[in-house]
Amino acid sequence: MSEGEDREARKGAWLLMMFALGWRMVTGRSGKSRRVTSAEAAGPRDFPLPSGRDADTETQAVTSGRERWGTLLVACSLIAAIAAGIGFLFIYWTDGGNKLLGGTLALSFAGFGIALILWSHFLMAHREATEPLEPLLSPEEDRQTAADDFCAGARDVKRRSLLKLMIVAGAGVFAAMFVSLLRSFGAPIEPALYQIVWSRGQRLMTADNKPVSIHSLKPGDSVTVFPEGSIGNDHAQTVLVRVKEQFLRLPADRADWAPMGYLAYSRVCTHAGCPVGMFESQTNLLLCPCHQSTFNVLTGAEPTGGPAARPLPQLPLYADSEGLLRAGGRFSSIPGPGFWGGQQ
Amino acid sequence: MIRRIGRWFDSRLHLAQPAREALNHVFPDHWSFMLGEIALYSFVVLIITGSFLAMFFNGSTAHLIYHGPYRALDGVEMSAAYQSVLHLCFGVPAGLLIRQMHHWAALIFIGAIVVHVARIFFTGAFRRPREINWWIGLTLLVLALSNGYFGYSILGDLLSGAGMRIGYSMMLSIPIIGPWLAFLFFGGRVPVDVTIPRMYGLHIFVVPAAISVLLALHLGIIWRQKHTNYPGPGRTDHTITGSRIWPTYTAKSIGLFFLVFAVIAALGALVQIDPVWIYGPYDPIAILPGAQPDWYLAWVEGAMRLFPGVNIYLGPYLIPEVFFPGILFPVLFFIVLYLYPFFDKFITHDNQPHHVLRHPYEQPFQTALGCAVFMFLFVLFVAAGDDVIAVATGTSVVTIRLILRILVFVAPAVTGIIVYGLCILSRHRHARGLERALESASAEGRLISGENEVTQ
Ligand code: FES
Repeated sequence: MSEGEDREARKGAWLLMMFALGWRMVTGRSGKSRRVTSAEAAGPRDFPLPSGRDADTETQAVTSGRERWGTLLVACSLIAAIAAGIGFLFIYWTDGGNKLLGGTLALSFAGFGIALILWSHFLMAHREATEPLEPLLSPEEDRQTAADDFCAGARDVKRRSLLKLMIVAGAGVFAAMFVSLLRSFGAPIEPALYQIVWSRGQRLMTADNKPVSIHSLKPGDSVTVFPEGSIGNDHAQTVLVRVKEQFLRLPADRADWAPMGYLAYSRVCTHAGCPVGMFESQTNLLLCPCHQSTFNVLTGAEPTGGPAARPLPQLPLYADSEGLLRAGGRFSSIPGPGFWGGQQ
Repeated sequence: MIRRIGRWFDSRLHLAQPAREALNHVFPDHWSFMLGEIALYSFVVLIITGSFLAMFFNGSTAHLIYHGPYRALDGVEMSAAYQSVLHLCFGVPAGLLIRQMHHWAALIFIGAIVVHVARIFFTGAFRRPREINWWIGLTLLVLALSNGYFGYSILGDLLSGAGMRIGYSMMLSIPIIGPWLAFLFFGGRVPVDVTIPRMYGLHIFVVPAAISVLLALHLGIIWRQKHTNYPGPGRTDHTITGSRIWPTYTAKSIGLFFLVFAVIAALGALVQIDPVWIYGPYDPIAILPGAQPDWYLAWVEGAMRLFPGVNIYLGPYLIPEVFFPGILFPVLFFIVLYLYPFFDKFITHDNQPHHVLRHPYEQPFQTALGCAVFMFLFVLFVAAGDDVIAVATGTSVVTIRLILRILVFVAPAVTGIIVYGLCILSRHRHARGLERALESASAEGRLISGENEVTQ
């Protein structure tokens, strides 16, 4: 294994070196000074006739030694590229690992890339060309004639004003036809968004469909529950925690919502909808893992930190004669992130 | 042979003159002009790898039980989409490599665009006559960002499901039209089965098609207007200096393509990215602590984390807290970017066409502003990982968030002031250097050419 890793590391180092070399070549920072051409020295006004290679002033400085070295380097990178390419084929057909497969692919492409760049650097004439830029704005008369031509054509349309009106109306109808197709993409908002899940009397069930009783949790414990019959319903997911009763500081109208210190809150974060999945029993905080909003279970899940602004909706609870926990009603507000018209 | 082929085409398309012009097109040489090319080539890699992936990915949310080579998830219920990704990673030869390359290429694509936009901004390349290309470029950035989001949302893993849910909540928070918009776009209250197929359609067809068309326009306009150049001896607004497209520039550029491909392949091979098999299938009940979006969305995520949890009402109506950092802030940010050429015109009173770039120090206010904005974005970027930092440093998230809330205002201001000072300094230095050069030149009786050099 270590041998393989070693090989990987060496390959990586090579790759980096070659890339650095290639980058230097591409950016042209190779120490070669770029000479000012006579065309530039003469100033921008007196240009030779535009375009065509003969007009270029050449700053060609290809020495034979340079050429020889260049050829050698290009040949080396091409050989490396071909070798890596063959390696890739071999590894691919023998179902070799991802690292070797990608490594050889990278090496072969890097080889080709570097070869091309070296080629252009060493074996191609370096000409710096300067050309005049035509002004983008057309001459006055060109613009005038274009406008005239357009208006002449438009006059024929203008004369038939009734037809024109109908064309516009037709375009409007076309647009309406297309836009109304959007209907197919939507879904009715009312039932889904305003749904306040749970109803009075529903038993609290765990994810594996077991009812929860007043003996199920010790103070400091928590469990995810669902209304019976809707196990796994994401909108109805509820976190049940148990705290010591004497610490409760619920609002007065919720005084009887927490039998024996059992508290149930919507598990869908009011910030951006993540499941509020963590309960810290020391601090009595529910924590949302997405943006670290915290909610104090003792005070009705009021947000105490993080970006959430609204408390988690609370579910009133009561214990039936068998000691099973049941919903005493619905959530105190619409569960989930806020929206226009969704406030209580 | 070449001549025969050329003749064949020419006699049908009359190409000789345009071909000659194309071969002789002058393109200036500077490393910073290659940033756009890197973006272009990563897009090519995205298309190539994406086409491969599309043959295997199944954009369906049908539920099934997994039985396959990845033992850890054997017998687990998941969507067909997620199952097809697992198959791609573990059952298709080179599948994992191509998938990782695709993801890396996306990150590099957007990164290259961002740096490219910054180069354009700081050198004033958006000025007349290039405003249209500035707008097209920004639109390309917006498209790239959204397609990145769609791409990682469709995989059906836990992380992508969480991201989709947050995106839904953000759209839902828009005043008045939010619920309609969110239901129209996501097809119901997320998580809902119709979202993945439609995002898949957007991801592999609609958005790439739009990107391709705009990219062609972008390049066409560059070709038409010719490229800008940095100030220097002989550089004027009436000329262009550089190397010809054929052959030097072509060789270099194709070489660059191979290098970009090579780097992406190396990353795809050696650096694991988005290991969806570790996250497991999406389950609306499950949580994933320490989840982070891809880097290019982190600024919005950071803003969402730092924004205080306050209830803001418009009359009786609630405007949810995610609206301000999650929607309003990025939208305003891009609006400002789109309008920036007008703003520049307004402060410089300069409406002339420019082909020579502006050194950043020539416009200290703009440079300082740009750097301050980058610093602002950087603090937000850091804030997106505040929980990770808290765990790593052993401090509480609350403390780190407090520090970041201060830094998010202080750091950009300080950066702006420092950069402004540096610009003024180097402007002075440059002016002095120019004076000296002029003196010595006139002493020698030489003529300095290029009126653009005398800027101040
Ligand atoms: S979703 Fe819970 S804090 Fe953002």
